[in-house]
Amino acid sequence: MFERLSDSFNSVFRKLSGQSSISESNVREAMQDVRTALLEADVHYEVVEKFCDSVVQEALGREVTKSLKPGQEMIGVVYDRLVEFLGGDPGAWKQAEDMAASTGAGQGPVLPIGLSGEHPPIMHLPSDQGPTVIMMCGLQGSGKTTTCGKLAAYLKKRGRSVMLVAADLQRPAAVEQLQTVGAQVAQDETLGSAKVLVHAEPDKTAEYGKAVGVAVQVCRRGVEEARKQGIDTVILDTAGRLHVNDALMEELNQVNKTLRPHQIFLIVDAMTGQDAVNSAKAFHERLEVDGIILTKFDSDTRGGAAISVKHVTGAPIKFIGVGEKLGALEEFHPSRIASRILGMGDVLSLVEKARHEVSEEEAEALQAKLAKGEMTMDDFLKQLRTIRRMGPLKQLLGLLPGIGAALKDVHVEDKQLDRIEAIVNSMNREERKTPDVLDNSRRKRIASGSGTSQNEVGQLAKQFAAVSKLFKQMGSMSSKAQVDAVRAMGAGAGAGLGGMGGFGKKGSSYTPSIKSKFKKRK
Amino acid sequence: MSFFKNVISRLKDGLVKTRQSLTRGLRSLLVGRVLDDQLIAELESALIQADVGVVATRQLIAGVREGYLAGRLKRGEDVLDYLKREIKAMWPEHDRQLRSAPSGPTVILVTGINGAGKTTSISKLCATLRNQNKKVILAACDTFRAGAVRQLEIWGERLGVEVIKGQQGGDPASVAFDACKAALARNADVLIIDTAGRLHTQDPLMRQLAKIRSVIARQIEGAPHETLLVLDATSGQNALRQAEEFAKTADLTGIFLAKLDGTAKGGIVVAIRSATNIPVKFVGLGETPDDIQPFDPDSFVEALFETESAVEV
Ligand SMILES: Nc1nc2c(ncn2[C@@H]2O[C@H](COP(=O)(O)OP(=O)(O)OP(=O)(O)O)[C@@H](O)[C@H]2O)c(=O)[nH]1
Ligand SMILES: Nc1nc2c(ncn2[C@@H]2O[C@H](COP(=O)(O)OP(=O)(O)OP(=O)(O)O)[C@@H](O)[C@H]2O)c(=O)[nH]1
Ligand SMILES: [Mg+2]
Ligand SMILES: [Mg+2]
Repeated sequence: MFERLSDSFNSVFRKLSGQSSISESNVREAMQDVRTALLEADVHYEVVEKFCDSVVQEALGREVTKSLKPGQEMIGVVYDRLVEFLGGDPGAWKQAEDMAASTGAGQGPVLPIGLSGEHPPIMHLPSDQGPTVIMMCGLQGSGKTTTCGKLAAYLKKRGRSVMLVAADLQRPAAVEQLQTVGAQVAQDETLGSAKVLVHAEPDKTAEYGKAVGVAVQVCRRGVEEARKQGIDTVILDTAGRLHVNDALMEELNQVNKTLRPHQIFLIVDAMTGQDAVNSAKAFHERLEVDGIILTKFDSDTRGGAAISVKHVTGAPIKFIGVGEKLGALEEFHPSRIASRILGMGDVLSLVEKARHEVSEEEAEALQAKLAKGEMTMDDFLKQLRTIRRMGPLKQLLGLLPGIGAALKDVHVEDKQLDRIEAIVNSMNREERKTPDVLDNSRRKRIASGSGTSQNEVGQLAKQFAAVSKLFKQMGSMSSKAQVDAVRAMGAGAGAGLGGMGGFGKKGSSYTPSIKSKFKKRK
Repeated sequence: MSFFKNVISRLKDGLVKTRQSLTRGLRSLLVGRVLDDQLIAELESALIQADVGVVATRQLIAGVREGYLAGRLKRGEDVLDYLKREIKAMWPEHDRQLRSAPSGPTVILVTGINGAGKTTSISKLCATLRNQNKKVILAACDTFRAGAVRQLEIWGERLGVEVIKGQQGGDPASVAFDACKAALARNADVLIIDTAGRLHTQDPLMRQLAKIRSVIARQIEGAPHETLLVLDATSGQNALRQAEEFAKTADLTGIFLAKLDGTAKGGIVVAIRSATNIPVKFVGLGETPDDIQPFDPDSFVEALFETESAVEV
């Protein structure tokens, strides 16, 4: 998509060369493909119109034709605007402060916590002010209950105690679901020792429509209980409901009025289509949502709903859910989703995932080796194991620019990694260090030792050579440089774009070979 | 809007849906208007906003434009009739029937991504079949998600049908195996199998689904007779990928379009039908077992072009 857009921009602008100025209609023509791309990514029709208008205005102001590569510069403008539409701006900190000032009905200052401290995804009260109350809301099946568990894990890891309140009294087994999830977080010792409790009143559950309103009292008692126990954060799990169901929306309104939650999060399925604007708007009008959490981002959706929802509510997107497990919650980064919507891959997420698994020194040492072309099979194996800890291969490769789409029809089997491990394990020290020595008899020995075929051993050796060459090329580009390249991309600066373009090109040239390799091994 | 009339008339326990008040002013974009470029542009916008998708929308619009230029389509009503015909042809009547086994238990395998509405839709199918005096057994093959087995069990208790279950975290294929045995032993008419939500991109989970399917096929001849994909009507273009992938893995025979009682129109099924040929069989219109209706292409098309005439809030 990214390449397609850039090509089509270039072709439109090529036609213009020789012309002294660029007209609005030229830019509009160039925007047709962007429009299609955004609609295919599920951005709402009217939001797309607004977006394209704003890009046209900006492009006209910038006189992109004067640039050497107007196509790329246009992409830069599009990307930049997209990030902005997703809420990425330097004012995020201020926004958080304003929000703090406006919530909590005069309950004093609110302190932010979060990974960076700079963009606090969750705020909380100072400990002497009683529990911070978070209310979840959203359509049926959007992922509220699961996300309650994920938030509890996120907070527990940061040393905060949590009380989950089961306020969905109507979906069958909703209470049991929250109890189970809560117990899982409570028992997970890797998250630390902070308390995680569930307040549940299973006897209050009833069939659909028969317990409307009861949730308000359950929430009230839950918060009371949390206060008594000195719990830091209370999370209210409410029943899924349609934004057009007046009785149920009123119930949420009552919870809001009675308990004055400090933050209300709207949980939205990232796969939602055009209707996202209708539901988000209705929830926001009733409740003044403070933040949005987009779930199921581990799917292959482009996630255009993020733009729509952000646009109609103005509320910041706080987190994205990337799996069913309790650790599968990530803080939201507008630039990453912008890349994803444009199909540019998500290098930054990959870098961050890697950062969790590899220490800085390790990474630097390896990088030096790679850049010099000194990688050995042992390093390769180590890398392989690291990669496996990072997640399913297909998901990881999908984060690389240009590869996601190519992978669509390719089966990447994690099982094949087992075979590679077995092969390397059957190599002796010399072979691991210089795989070039692998002749037929060595291959035969390794194949029988690892229960694979000679052919597979040969392929691995070839692949290894290709990969170490690739790393040698990429080695000169640190992850910092990659980050900068993507940033510069947003700024549309000529030099930075060159870097990004180079990276993108490399992506496209090694795509086919990776693809065919996996195909062959299948 | 006739499509929802039945449902709305079945308001339960004072639960008045605002849908009524919000949509009181519903009007059709097409009725009473002369066809011109402006209307065609609005038509395109309406189709996109109904999640029909860019490609399928362009195909439909091309047909309309052709009829317009040839003078066959002159008014909005003509367009409505034309599209009804087009779309009805996509879903012939016989395609929308639930298949059944010539003898022995009919097996319905229910699949879909996370939170689409599988378990609830099963309660609806179950209630419908029970009303036809069929003996139904349910199988709780979602052994993964917290509370999933209990959720199906509660439906079983409420509807008075047996639920076959296994260990939490156990092998879903072995639950399916037990359920097939039970269905045969108890002479059940229908066995409905609930599965865990899974993304179409998750290879291991998709393979697990294939395994469940093959276990069923080995136990009961011709089974599963019906393999349904439950789709969330609010979903966007990704649903097309879902349909393609689930069709590949599980050989889908139909779609259950859930959550059509909101403001989403579920237009993606049009794109799915043109790309994969999978028919829609039922629609879900709420959270209780009677909120189910057979899919009706006519009302579906009408609903695509209904807009609120009232001033937007
Ligand atoms: N793949 C994936 N699945 C998710 C994610 N978040 C939630 N789910 C799954 O989505 C389904 C619905 O999640 P729930 O947490 O039950 O949704 P809910 O909003 O509480 O549903 P209701 O209470 O019925 O409205 C479950 O199968 C979850 O495991 C996510 O980020 N990725
Ligand atoms: N309004 C409305 N809600 C529905 C409909 N069908 C299901 N739901 C709700 O959607 C939510 C999820 O439904 P489930 O049946 O649990 O979905 P599922 O696909 O089994 O979910 P997982 O097993 O977690 O993947 C529940 O809150 C249901 O009550 C429908 O037709 N209309
Ligand atoms: Mg829930
Ligand atoms: Mg289920």
